Amino acid sequence: MAAGVAVEARPQPRGARVSAALWKRAWLRASLVLTPPLAWFLVIYIASLVVLLVTAFWQINPLTTQIVHTWTLDNFRQILTSSTYRGIILRTVGMAAAVTATDVIVAIPFGYFMARVATPRMRSALFVLVLLPLWASYIARVYAWILILNHDGVLNWTLLKVGLPRANIGYTNIAMWIVFCYVWLPFMIIPVYAAFERVPHSFVEASLDLGAKSWRTTRRVLLPLALPGIVAGSIFTFSLTLGDYITPILVGGAGSTFIGNVIYDNVGVAQNLPFAAAMAFVPIVIMAVYLLIARAMGAFEAL
Amino acid sequence: MEGRGTRIVLVLWVIGVLLFLFLPIVTIILYAFNPSNVQSWPISGFTTKWFTVAFHDPQVRSAFVLSLKAASLATVTAIILGSLAAFGVHRFRFFGREAVSFLLVLPLALPGVITGIALNSFFSFNTINFGLMTIVIGHATFCIVVVYNNAIARLRRTSGSLVEASQDLGAVGWQTFRFITLPMLSTALVSGALLAFALSFDEVIVTYFTAGAQNTLPLWIFGAIRLGQQLPEVNAVVAVVLVLTVIPVLLAVRLARDTGAVRPGAAAGGAVQAELPAE
Amino acid sequence: MRERNRFHRLTVTGAVAASIAFVAAACGGSSGSSSTGGSSPSAAGGLGQPPTATMAPPTSVGAGEGQLNIVAWEGYAQPQWVRPFEQQTGCQVNAKYAGSSNEMVSLMSNGGGGQYDLVSASGDADLRLIYGGDVRPVNVNLIPSWNDFLDFMKSPAWNTINGVHYGVSYEFGPNTLIYSTKTFSSPPTSWAVIYDPTYSGQVTVPNNPIQIADAALYLSKKTPSLGITDPYELTQPQFDATVNLLKQQRPLIKKYWDLASQEISLFKNGDVTVGAGWSYQTNTLKADGAPIDETVPQEGATGWADTWMMATKAPHPNCAYKWMQWVTTPTVQAQQALYFGEAPANSQACAEMDKMQKGGCAEWHADNPEAYFQSISFWKTPLATCDNGKNECVPYQDWVNAWTQVTS
Repeated sequence: MAAGVAVEARPQPRGARVSAALWKRAWLRASLVLTPPLAWFLVIYIASLVVLLVTAFWQINPLTTQIVHTWTLDNFRQILTSSTYRGIILRTVGMAAAVTATDVIVAIPFGYFMARVATPRMRSALFVLVLLPLWASYIARVYAWILILNHDGVLNWTLLKVGLPRANIGYTNIAMWIVFCYVWLPFMIIPVYAAFERVPHSFVEASLDLGAKSWRTTRRVLLPLALPGIVAGSIFTFSLTLGDYITPILVGGAGSTFIGNVIYDNVGVAQNLPFAAAMAFVPIVIMAVYLLIARAMGAFEAL
Repeated sequence: MEGRGTRIVLVLWVIGVLLFLFLPIVTIILYAFNPSNVQSWPISGFTTKWFTVAFHDPQVRSAFVLSLKAASLATVTAIILGSLAAFGVHRFRFFGREAVSFLLVLPLALPGVITGIALNSFFSFNTINFGLMTIVIGHATFCIVVVYNNAIARLRRTSGSLVEASQDLGAVGWQTFRFITLPMLSTALVSGALLAFALSFDEVIVTYFTAGAQNTLPLWIFGAIRLGQQLPEVNAVVAVVLVLTVIPVLLAVRLARDTGAVRPGAAAGGAVQAELPAE
Repeated sequence: MRERNRFHRLTVTGAVAASIAFVAAACGGSSGSSSTGGSSPSAAGGLGQPPTATMAPPTSVGAGEGQLNIVAWEGYAQPQWVRPFEQQTGCQVNAKYAGSSNEMVSLMSNGGGGQYDLVSASGDADLRLIYGGDVRPVNVNLIPSWNDFLDFMKSPAWNTINGVHYGVSYEFGPNTLIYSTKTFSSPPTSWAVIYDPTYSGQVTVPNNPIQIADAALYLSKKTPSLGITDPYELTQPQFDATVNLLKQQRPLIKKYWDLASQEISLFKNGDVTVGAGWSYQTNTLKADGAPIDETVPQEGATGWADTWMMATKAPHPNCAYKWMQWVTTPTVQAQQALYFGEAPANSQACAEMDKMQKGGCAEWHADNPEAYFQSISFWKTPLATCDNGKNECVPYQDWVNAWTQVTS
């Protein structure tokens, strides 16, 4: 222990006794530091989540929409056996996967450029440019895409001017895919950039010294080392798509009901909280699995 | 390392992505000058009247103020609790440490609609009135995670020898904290705070469920869009907010870069940790 | 080692205790979210007394509280009549818009949550709000214009139970067939056009389970053998046939609109050429110069009659009464009717409408309201008990499930 063996009678700084007392009792220090945030989380966040999930096992009185505390698995049965809800879940997961894959592909060259090719000034500029769209309201950006993609919108107007036929993308799944990829792209670019940036240049140099050309180095050295960061970024694009309901409402056409819409409709609209809670289990389970896989791949250190 | 051809491809790719990123932004700004109430292409004229309308609209002003208040309070809470959590997890080995770091990812990993309805039922059940406090609680929950991620990334990067040296030289706990730890952490906290503020300011899903009858700016925007009466006003408001925030973002990036002892790249990478949901 | 164990014990105990406490609290105690005490409705047969029936309304209106929070349909809180109200009474109006009765019921749950004062609920929300204990009785004597109301709007069955008024009637109107004049040279005569594959990919209808009634109304005329008399009271075979029709319609739909502005945008930008909507959309599109018009086809139309209802836990009751007094005056009734495209409850409004817009009164049928009223099939909550006393009708919960299946 670093004993301040003061030979001369130096005045102790204020609070030295408290400090010493704390130093001896690590558990007290730990408690003091950890209790406020943990208390917040447990008392508010986890507790409310637990209560919500417990509600999934109850039902409502259809007329008064009051919750009846009879334990039942009916809500889950309805979700799992109904082809409608299975279809909704598959559609949502499929879209989340497609959006994540697309964003990864778009982000990798961008992140690579930012991390390894750009000059520091260019890097800062790109950083700012990537973050800037996040400051324009999410809803406004989605709405702008409606204006671009609809029947008489910017896209079709441009195509017609060039002599091409209209692309009827407005209010389709393709439109949703484009919009999702767009809004989450900055959230993928930054972690990918950070991941590439963390790979020490010495590794790349060593690989080059050992005779690998640039493509091989990228494939065999850079990408595997950057993978945790890429997976970390994908957690967000996947999860955000999984639970979103605003983009399907604004941009989706007929048949664009997502898991988030079912939850929202049952809470905000049909007032069937138990059913919404049962539906909420689905993204929670999916994300739990995703997070476990991500942690195994080391993504948590790359967060 | 890359060949010339690869470089050109990369540059073109970057330009393409930037164009993609800014196309809707340009659209938003362009439509702010549209005289027609109903948005369609091409724009029927050019007018700046919507900016004056937005400026004089009391609903916009109160929504803006509410958003600022909520974001500020949430960010302050997040800084305090987030850095405490980061210290706790980094410095102490305790049972459930893994679980705690897992826990602290949840608010971001779980869809916002779930957090929203969970908090909504929680507040209704305990008959807590919806208002600024409930909004702040909802926002602070994910803001804490943002700051925590930034702080712990920084803590992991810095060596413990500085702290030990400080104690060897006779500093007590809080002195070490104030003169050594805090400055080391400061830029990480600042960039975490900035990101937390941004997320809180633009958050709509959790806010929808935790706000009462009042509107934050995103809620006002959503209401205005659904009403469809004065859409260009929405565009004007968004354009103004965008312009207003360029400066703080530039400052933050500059701050994250100039940390002296730390590599510029690492600081930037560590600065914008876990990119978080705009909802 | 010892410190670690001590901290270990502390964390575990704390976590376990917290979890037990909360689950126990959630399980025991009163029921969850939307409850305000009072009796729940009795089983099949009568619905019993509404929970708030015994809440005595005030006998006078005091000074305004400075603020008013309302839940309203889009277009029901226009600056035209809101600004004068704010200036005269000092009550600042905060409007939260809802696009469907479901949303309104949800926002008003728990008696308005201590947040909202008034809601402009349509007939299909009223019963649910009344029996959910979310709205309270209103003293119509405090609203002078009520005496000028059309007879059938004074104490209609959807907002007056056993002589107790749970709100004050506002305006009523039909769900219309909106069409593009470029596609249809003359107004379509039948709702069949929105079920016609010729217009595949160009149709839009509201994303609302109550839309099933529209399909039922159409079927009641197209296939009389089904025996549908009331589109909101459907036996299982009738319900199944209707849902079948909607499933056939599904491939024709470009989008099920959730927000009025969406339908406006769909028509304006050429994404759809025909669909179901409200006169509000048509008026907005016409004002913008779009080639759109509307009609009520030969099969008739479903519609809505709106009531301003007061939340049980309204935080600003005086401002709420002042609002109800204001919006029932002939001038405001006329402004609202012309703006949205509906018929006023106040019989004096017709003259005002003609003053503001030549022929306005006749355009919105305020000159012959009784006949107009009879021609509309107003929204009401589908219950298991049919009007004939039998218990064989399909309840609203099943409508919601069926609608999700059709649209997803």
